[in-house]
Amino acid sequence: MHSAFDPHSPQARAVAHLWWWMFGVGFAIWMGVTLAMLTSIRRRDATEPDSEEGKNVRGHTLAIYVGATLVVLLVFLGYDFAVGRSLAERSAPAVKILVTGHQWWWELEYEDSVPSRRMITANEIHVPTGQLIEVKVRAADVIHSFWAPNLQGKRDLIPGYLSTVWFRADTPGVYRGQCAEFCGLEHAKMAFYVVAQPPAAYAAWRAASSAPHTPPADSIAATGQRVFLSSGCPLCHTIAGTDARATVGPSLSHLASRMTLAAGTLENTRENLMSWIVNPQALKPGVHMPPIPLKPAELSALVTYLETLK
Amino acid sequence: MTLPADAIDRDAVELEEVWRDPPGIWGWFTTTNHKVIAKRYIITAFLMFIAGGIEAGLMRAQLMRPGNTLVGPDRYNQLFTTHGTTMMFLFAVPIMTAMGLYFVPLMVGARTVAFPRLNAFGYWTYVVAVVFLYVSLFVNTGPDAGWFAYPPLSGPEYSPGHRVDVWAQVVTFTEIAALVAAVNVIVTTFKMRAPGMSLNRIPLFVWAQLVVAFMIIFAMPAVAVGSTLMLAADRALNMHWFNPAEGGDALLWQHVFWFFGHPEVYIIFLPALGFITPIIETFTERPLFGYSAVVLANITTAFFAFGLWVHHMFATPIPEVGQSLFTAASMLITIPTAVQIFCWIATLWGSRPRLAVPLLFVLGFFFTFVNGGITGVMLASVAFDKQAHDTFFVVAHLHYVLLGGGVMPLFGALHFWFPKVTGRLLNERLGKWQFWLFITGVNLTFFPMHILGLNGMPRRVYTYLPETGWGPLNLLATVGAVIIVLSVVVFLVNVAKSWKGGEIAGDNPWNSSGLEWAVPSPPPSYSFLHTPFVTGRHPLWETTDGLPVVTGLSVHERQVLVTTTFDAVPDYRHSMPSSSIWPMYLALCMGLVFIGSIFSPYFVLGGLGISLLGLVGWAWTASNKREEERVALPDGAVEA
Repeated sequence: MHSAFDPHSPQARAVAHLWWWMFGVGFAIWMGVTLAMLTSIRRRDATEPDSEEGKNVRGHTLAIYVGATLVVLLVFLGYDFAVGRSLAERSAPAVKILVTGHQWWWELEYEDSVPSRRMITANEIHVPTGQLIEVKVRAADVIHSFWAPNLQGKRDLIPGYLSTVWFRADTPGVYRGQCAEFCGLEHAKMAFYVVAQPPAAYAAWRAASSAPHTPPADSIAATGQRVFLSSGCPLCHTIAGTDARATVGPSLSHLASRMTLAAGTLENTRENLMSWIVNPQALKPGVHMPPIPLKPAELSALVTYLETLK
Repeated sequence: MTLPADAIDRDAVELEEVWRDPPGIWGWFTTTNHKVIAKRYIITAFLMFIAGGIEAGLMRAQLMRPGNTLVGPDRYNQLFTTHGTTMMFLFAVPIMTAMGLYFVPLMVGARTVAFPRLNAFGYWTYVVAVVFLYVSLFVNTGPDAGWFAYPPLSGPEYSPGHRVDVWAQVVTFTEIAALVAAVNVIVTTFKMRAPGMSLNRIPLFVWAQLVVAFMIIFAMPAVAVGSTLMLAADRALNMHWFNPAEGGDALLWQHVFWFFGHPEVYIIFLPALGFITPIIETFTERPLFGYSAVVLANITTAFFAFGLWVHHMFATPIPEVGQSLFTAASMLITIPTAVQIFCWIATLWGSRPRLAVPLLFVLGFFFTFVNGGITGVMLASVAFDKQAHDTFFVVAHLHYVLLGGGVMPLFGALHFWFPKVTGRLLNERLGKWQFWLFITGVNLTFFPMHILGLNGMPRRVYTYLPETGWGPLNLLATVGAVIIVLSVVVFLVNVAKSWKGGEIAGDNPWNSSGLEWAVPSPPPSYSFLHTPFVTGRHPLWETTDGLPVVTGLSVHERQVLVTTTFDAVPDYRHSMPSSSIWPMYLALCMGLVFIGSIFSPYFVLGGLGISLLGLVGWAWTASNKREEERVALPDGAVEA
């Protein structure tokens, strides 16, 4: 589910082919040198190296092996450039996503020419299969690196730079990715998921995610919403359709539809959500979210409300 | 020329009187004897290898299983930063240059290095760095932004406190120490070679040290400017070199750092290659095949090493055409290294060498380093690097290169030259145990990391989730690390036992050919009773009844012979300075300036003030005496 050996896009497949080719050639060369070394110390050669014959034989052999090394390198260089070109070829993308790296989570913005259809979410990227995806990356604080090995090589997110990476997922599936550039205390807990869905399923997800927010129907959830809006939560988070519009932390508009919490750190269950809200520092030490002290009833209502945010 | 025996004894006594250090603890601090200083340098650097190893061991223990809680993220980040900083700046570069500071003068037939006081100053500067880093670590101020310290993470906003300041100053100290050593090696090699040792007779060990000294001079200033003038200024003076919000550029640091950082690898690797040649020559009892090719390969490597730095930055938004240039250059540097490996194999071919411990480590080098070299060529590919970059694949690659290409030859060299330094041989049986444990441990620790990296495990993570599936291979790597620890313990036991109780070595226990084996083991403070006269590349193999010598150097002062750069023709006699406390004093003052600058600019002013006293004292007691009189070359020597 998280491996460059298991490519699920033309981009990752081209690199995987290159890897296996390099592995084969490299292994042969390594074996050759090791065998030459072992042979050289085992056998007794009649020609001493400083004799005229010994010098000639060794000189010619050296020239042949250096030449062979050069040929292997040139072939490799050509192959590498060909792979590089194939990765650079692209048509118009079907989906454009702007990824912003934060310490230690991923902000995702689905672009759309219709402003009301632009959508902001976090840590879970849904894409349609078979279509070209353009991911623009940038960083809000320090350098991060965006990497989903099954789909594409990594791209650094550098403050002050905007750069782009493209991929096309072939097969539906859930692919894990993780920040690859050291970005501080919780670099280890900055993962994300790419959910590749058939176009129809993707369209349904996209519609649901852009749907207007409906006020909570049952009374516990309504209490939970009041707890949310009257505690510290709205200082950092957004829930579309409410007064909570801060963008310091990840958007919670469709929190309940996501598989994980805290950038791939915890499974998204009721218990995990409760322990996370009460003391996030115990689960992801150093995370910028403070503990939220709530009475048990308040906490329960709050989580019930958050669970309605499909 | 042959001299009567009693004259020789009298000369030896007088020379000892002139060259020895002052007695007692005062002598310990004021010594300018290059052998004493280099021995201390090697021991200190090896202690740093152990310290860095302990940090690595803690990291391996933490990563042994998913979700382990042995060390938290804060401590883990300090550990891996200190591990990298220690191994690169406080172990690898210093121990390689220290080997040069010990053996280059002996190998070229000189009584000391060109600048003995500067040499002492370099060592004490290095000691300041060692003490400062480890005191900081123990008071929980160990650097934690990585040994590469990328801003903005290392900048004032995201790394408040003094942890990154510690890193920046430690790096500054080690750069100064390395530059000082480089200047010494260059001038010693160019101006102090024994008569007759023209450039084409310099031992390959010395060639490697010479080339690396030039690399240090070109590489170190880049990171000195980066860490001292840019990063420290960003942090202490609110400059904005790397702050994009104020027009700075976060990527600029990476260029400055890797312009130093890539040559750094070769600064560690080339001296190690220099160890290999004399070991192979000695145990095959043959001169190396392809002397000129190996010299040229060293020089070529040094040039190419400065044209590769962008391959550390393939995931950044640098234009693809520009990147492909660095791909080609990264592949090209394979050629000179391949030439050296082929030359060694051609020398070994059919020689049936005696498999003594130093040679075993050289064979271990072939087995391990070639693996790291091949993964290095793979990483030159931009497309592949974007998968492998910043993962455990790169951790595997760099440890194969540095342990296989650096530490294996180093252990071979320590076994090989230990008898010269101490007068006693290391135990062969323990040496073989150490070798087999080491090669097993290194491969068991680092081979699985290739797979982990391509399975998605990034570097510098303090933990991982069980569902990633990275647990078993990490456990295997940790088992390997335990075996490496055992190997180093065997080595330490061997050293402890053999230093006083090992077999007496004699002058030349391996029947080797270099000039360093012409002096007693351990060498006296003046090294050579008479400056030797060199007639070929392998002096001790080319003469049967003792080396021809040059006479005429004074035995009443610390006099050395200065020769010409190309042909090593005697030029003039030069008097070396006395032992002195000022190098240490000045190093401590400089420590005060740089460490104090973290806290207040007044330390800089005060420190510079008291440094002035040191400079005056140093210059006051220095000697610049130069005598033009010619010395007597041995009978039959042709004067150029």
